[in-house]
Amino acid sequence: MTETLKIKNLHVAVGGKPILTGVTMTIRRGEVHALMGPNGSGKSTLAGVIMGHPNYEVTEGTIELNGKDILEWDATERARAGIFMAFQRPMAIPGVKMADFLRHATTNVRKPDRKEGEQLIPMREFRKELRDKMTQLRMDEEFARRYVNDGFSGGEMKRAEILQMAMLRPKFAILDETDSGLDVDAVKLASQSIAEIGGADMGILIITHHDRLLEHNTPDFTHVMLGGRIVETGGVDLARELYTEGYDKVRQRHPEDAAVEKEMAAEKKFVSGVA
Amino acid sequence: MATDLQTMPLDGQDVLGEIQKYDFVTETHGVFKARKGLNEQIVCEISEMKREPRWMRDFRLKSLKVFESKPMPRWGGNIGIDFQDIYYYLKPTEHQGKTWDDVPPEIKETFDKLGIPEAEKKFLAGVKAQFESEVVYGSLKEDLAQKGVIFTDTDTAVREHGDLVREYIGTIIPPEDNKFAALNSAVWSGGSFIYVPKGVKIEFPLQAYFRINAERMGQFERTMILVDEGAEVHYVEGCTAPMYSSESLHSAVVEIIVRRGARCRYTTIQNWANNIYNLVTKRAVAYGDALMEWIDGNLGSRLTMKYPAVYMMEPGARGEILSIAFASKGQHQDAGAKVVHCAPHTKSRIISKSISKNGGRSSYRGLCKVQDGAVGSKSNVVCDALILDPKSRSDTYPYIEVEEQDVQVEHEASVSRIGEEQLFYLQSRGLTEAEASSMIVSGFIEPLVKELPMEYAVEMNRLIELQMEGSVG
Ligand SMILES: Nc1ncnc2c1ncn2[C@@H]1O[C@H](COP(=O)(O)OP(=O)(O)O)[C@@H](O)[C@H]1O
Ligand SMILES: [Mg+2]
Repeated sequence: MTETLKIKNLHVAVGGKPILTGVTMTIRRGEVHALMGPNGSGKSTLAGVIMGHPNYEVTEGTIELNGKDILEWDATERARAGIFMAFQRPMAIPGVKMADFLRHATTNVRKPDRKEGEQLIPMREFRKELRDKMTQLRMDEEFARRYVNDGFSGGEMKRAEILQMAMLRPKFAILDETDSGLDVDAVKLASQSIAEIGGADMGILIITHHDRLLEHNTPDFTHVMLGGRIVETGGVDLARELYTEGYDKVRQRHPEDAAVEKEMAAEKKFVSGVA
Repeated sequence: MATDLQTMPLDGQDVLGEIQKYDFVTETHGVFKARKGLNEQIVCEISEMKREPRWMRDFRLKSLKVFESKPMPRWGGNIGIDFQDIYYYLKPTEHQGKTWDDVPPEIKETFDKLGIPEAEKKFLAGVKAQFESEVVYGSLKEDLAQKGVIFTDTDTAVREHGDLVREYIGTIIPPEDNKFAALNSAVWSGGSFIYVPKGVKIEFPLQAYFRINAERMGQFERTMILVDEGAEVHYVEGCTAPMYSSESLHSAVVEIIVRRGARCRYTTIQNWANNIYNLVTKRAVAYGDALMEWIDGNLGSRLTMKYPAVYMMEPGARGEILSIAFASKGQHQDAGAKVVHCAPHTKSRIISKSISKNGGRSSYRGLCKVQDGAVGSKSNVVCDALILDPKSRSDTYPYIEVEEQDVQVEHEASVSRIGEEQLFYLQSRGLTEAEASSMIVSGFIEPLVKELPMEYAVEMNRLIELQMEGSVG
């Protein structure tokens, strides 16, 4: 049976404020899903809640991995079960070398039952694999010795996220605007790499506004999010329409959700105005 | 054993001397019973027990007067000490009197986790006064002795290198300096004495536990290091294993002289049990083009007050101080550094990192002073604090006194809290919350840890992991 990540009628609030209001989506291993939608529509929130961000409160609905409810699992458990998210804004961890961080991460994900302090994967083996992956991604070896995302350019951060995905070999990966900050060639390379890493094996949810990342990862499904809901799901053609024509047509087709979108944006302004 | 520098007694004479010494002690001073309190009589008894020359006894008595006349420091932390309720001198055998069973289980457990060998554990716990390192380090000591290096405990130094000790003791930190320096001067015991002759460079770190001496565990250690012109030494004191002690007050004095063109690096990592007041005075003077470096790690204790200092006396002198403090529940680390620029074109750098967790409090207290005439001097101070939870606290007290115009003095301070987003990021890569926080902490101190000798760096990281265990939830 194909493994699945199933999101059903998901409602999510942050600090009491509802952000997602009924998202449903099923991703099978081997499928590519594109998730598009204007800024502030809730794409990153969906990604974060799937990964287990502690601040996102699920008020209704379920997330299931192969039929198992994972809502009570923390991010650690989800990562070890094979879920991965490439962050839109990765965090810097000063003083921690990429290689050390990745060795811990890789060990934990490959040996999900590992307890703290237990053996890491052997240094030699790990180094070789890391070096191979970095060569594949055309990354300088020096990269492994730098501190995690510390002083990285936007592009470097995104490439580091792809490197992490390559090392962790997840079952399901969510890529949140992994193309932003990359130049044309780098996006091409990223698109290729994602296809290579994923193969027919990984279920991928690609959050993007552009077509380039989809070049080597043709979406089987395209979802459009507006005002905290998925308002349309289609094939590759829908994606094409969106990145060529923008979201206005979608808004016209879904005036109610467009109104919610407006409201959310206004509220946000109000909140930030007060702060 | 006559000196620390000899592996084996060289001839029968030494063995005889050793036996006689013990006979002397047991027969003549068998009546000496350790008792609490502090007065002239006790100080005299300590001096007599140690068979010290008169000048040292006089130094102690004079210091006692100074101690009695000095008020308690009114800054730093709360010092709740009853000076009459302390043993100021215990014979080595009394130190040994403790048994392994007396050592609290949590200390034993930590030793196990750190993978400390059995013999060393007992030594560290104060159960066993001697650490059998003699055989291992024997050839190394011979080599040092041939070069004229003196590396011994200070009690032995008073007997065997009396002139040298007499000339310098109390010259860098006089008893009048502060109440605890006076106390140490009156009742000191143990500590290291090092002399490195002109031009001699010692490539490996000298470690305190190379010394084999019963008084290693002294609460009032007195350490002196004299580095002659162009010489180099790295001294490593303490160890990352918790120092268990039934005594509640530890007050050491460390005096260092770094002559023209010489280098001295002094590395300490101390991890005290929670009941300890650790009040230490450490000061070095550096002459022309000399370099003095203090690397100071403070963990545990109820209250630590420690501000290693470098006085730059002649042009080109440099001082560097790196310190890490880790304060957990019920602990206050009041630590920092002092640099005093007394001559032109002197340079100093202070990097201080503190971590507060589980209600712990850490303070950075630092002084940067540039005296009138010290033109072209530069000082750079960076202190960063990391706070792990809302119960914990961190403060910064920088004192800057600049009497000269043509100087460059920089001070940066930062306070950060472990961010939820950082934790989430690491957890989303399969790290547990505890692993994630200890990774963030080890990254925070990494700029400092990489200055440590390899084996200490490894231990330091392990120690931080241990400190972090159970910090979550
Ligand atoms: N941590 C948060 N606190 C408060 N509001 C948030 C938080 N995260 C997201 N939001 C709000 O949720 C809405 C959706 O944001 P987001 O998921 O980042 O959208 P997208 O990724 O589609 O641009 C926005 O209105 C945003 O302001
Ligand atoms: Mg987003």
